[in-house]
Amino acid sequence: MSERVAIVGVAQTKFSPKRADVNYAELAYEVIERVLADTGLQIEKDISNSISCSHDIWDGQTISNIGITDVIGGHLRNEEKMAMDGSTAVYYGTIGILSGEFDCTLLLAHTKMSQTNRNIVNNDAFDPIYTRMLGFDYTSAAALQAKRYMHVYGITEEQAASVVVKNLSNATRNPVTHNKGVFSIDDVLNAPIVAAPLRQMDIAPDTDGAVAIIMASEKRALEITDSPVWVRGMGTCYDAHYLGDRDLSECMALEKAAEQAYRMAGINNPRKEIDVIELGEEFSYQELLWLEGLGICEHGKGGMMIDSGVTAMDGDLPVNPSGGLLAGVPANVMGLNRVAEAALQIMGKADGHQINDVKTAVAQGHSGFCGQHHCVIVLGRN
Amino acid sequence: MKRNVAIIGGGQTHHAARRHDVNQVEMVNEAVRAALLDARMTIDEIDAVLLGNMEFFEGTHMTDCWLVDGTGVYGKPGLKITTGGTVGATIVCAGAHHVASGLFDKVLCIGFEKQEEGDTGAILSGVAHPLYGRSMAGAALGYFAMMGTSYMATWGAKEEHSAMVAVKARQNARKNEYAHLKLDITIQDALNARMLAYPIRMLDMCPASNGACAMILADEKTAIDRCKKPVWIRAMDSAHNEQFELDWRDVTTTRPIFSKVSAARLYRKLGVKNPVEYFDVFEIYEPATWAELLWYEDLSICGPGEGFKLIEDGMTEIDGPIPVNPSGGVLSTNCIGASAMLRVWEAALQIRGDAGEHQVPKEVRRALTTAYGGTNWSVLIALSKSSDE
Repeated sequence: MSERVAIVGVAQTKFSPKRADVNYAELAYEVIERVLADTGLQIEKDISNSISCSHDIWDGQTISNIGITDVIGGHLRNEEKMAMDGSTAVYYGTIGILSGEFDCTLLLAHTKMSQTNRNIVNNDAFDPIYTRMLGFDYTSAAALQAKRYMHVYGITEEQAASVVVKNLSNATRNPVTHNKGVFSIDDVLNAPIVAAPLRQMDIAPDTDGAVAIIMASEKRALEITDSPVWVRGMGTCYDAHYLGDRDLSECMALEKAAEQAYRMAGINNPRKEIDVIELGEEFSYQELLWLEGLGICEHGKGGMMIDSGVTAMDGDLPVNPSGGLLAGVPANVMGLNRVAEAALQIMGKADGHQINDVKTAVAQGHSGFCGQHHCVIVLGRN
Repeated sequence: MKRNVAIIGGGQTHHAARRHDVNQVEMVNEAVRAALLDARMTIDEIDAVLLGNMEFFEGTHMTDCWLVDGTGVYGKPGLKITTGGTVGATIVCAGAHHVASGLFDKVLCIGFEKQEEGDTGAILSGVAHPLYGRSMAGAALGYFAMMGTSYMATWGAKEEHSAMVAVKARQNARKNEYAHLKLDITIQDALNARMLAYPIRMLDMCPASNGACAMILADEKTAIDRCKKPVWIRAMDSAHNEQFELDWRDVTTTRPIFSKVSAARLYRKLGVKNPVEYFDVFEIYEPATWAELLWYEDLSICGPGEGFKLIEDGMTEIDGPIPVNPSGGVLSTNCIGASAMLRVWEAALQIRGDAGEHQVPKEVRRALTTAYGGTNWSVLIALSKSSDE
């Protein structure tokens, strides 16, 4: 990138299984108000545009960004809605600032999963002609992916369960999480099966919440904060739609997105050069598979990453010290939460789950079942 | 913008009420292939693909993921944006941002809707606030019915003026091979059409179309190397009104309105003093006849309350001094996710001189396009034959 773009502020709600006390605009307002207060910025004076992330079908409202136009500062101003995972808001926000059209951008992702039924929403993402009537949802598709991944590379259910144990334990140190605790591998393996081999504890729970981030051009960032978090690289990529058109034990789209991001950031050896990773494990096995896609280990070696303790909080390359998605983060918000947690690590503001001396952090988000679209963001300190 | 951005190619489907011969993937692919052919490019040369569509209308979640085989985004970077009726123009802005950022040289932008696969009227009523507005919601029709009555009561316009807009659009559409409603109608036909919600009759409203539009945007070097007639994106502006500010369009309101605010900002960016002199053709987003008259006023093509006189005097006809929607506009073709992009593509065709039978009979150097979405949202884009004026 010829010029630098930074994250200058982050705010997250406390995530919760059900926020019956607020509608989604009020939920959004909580984080927007806080990120503005933290950065000392005002919408009218300082924010040049806004980007929101949510889905009409999740929100149960057509053009659902109408519901947050007022709180996001869209009134008589520019607001655009990415109907994708929240990580893509950071991607597009960076592009907007690099284009020279904007210099300070407010990002928001919000969803109240408690207001709808994830199985029905997920099922609508399958093409209406050939696969939808099979009754697929993201969980049953993920079960196929987990089976395939385990079959091809000998990844075990115990290794996937270890991811759950690690992340829910990490989550006990993160005040915004709601699904957490100290569990054993047996606890996970004894949980009821939802779609074999996935058990209840392997699946990110339904959650309500919102995340807001403010990004700025280099000039504005240095005026706003002493500790800007620079976007050093980013990438996105789509895979095929139909499950039969992909080898589900591979993740081509993630490999390509990571390749773009690393090239931009000048990262040659991701295993050595990255200090912490926040990735989107909607299902436990995905943490292992996505590490392979991110080039942290070779194909099929994801299981060894968790066995060796490298990805533990006190390991050489901590993965999801925040507790990850298994700790409870809403759909659509997932990726913006990944970026927010990675940014907090670089700022040194990850209360309770801070990793020492983080210079380079990677965040990853995905949209579509079995990770059809991936987005990778590399963040760095000055 | 840090880099100049040009439209170097585009294409559209033949829009229609029924496209039982294709699914969404195949329909979108028709526009993508037309755009690549127009730009003399292959999909392998495209750096990123951006998709706009309002997925609730067809009831498929994440259409960008389903449509990869049609859009050509397999293995490539890309995004999906949804902003309502404005989305086709928002995608053009997003494409311009991608190119201007310096990270991408050739970006494919796509907008589409296959309205026959859902019930747009019912889904559009779902725009209204679930607690305060939905029980009274009347989809787009209710909104424009109130706009029409307000306009007539305030300015003394008649239903005949609405009919004139309806006739102009469909007669222009007859010259556009891609348009959906190519109707040889008269003012009397429009006045006799079935009443939907006073004063909106069947012919005063846009149709529910199936169709797609695709455009390729590129940086200056690519544009000059690869394209004989690049059309430059000179300025863009977006504005919304928050949902309770203008539940319907009272034409006497003194509050700031998205359309006027956006036009004022865009004109300031370009130094436009008199839009009628500056722009040679307008492609505006008019879901209903009355919206076209209000656009004339909000874009300062004429003063407040003078819009209906403009149509009465034939000023905005295809061969008039201020041609508006020579393509037939949204009143003739409304495939929602594509409609705002079609405005930009049709304006680009006018600047290239490639609009065929609906080419306006004068030199076109600059054009202005608008979009209309949400309850009160717009995206304005100014195009030019030249990259710097």
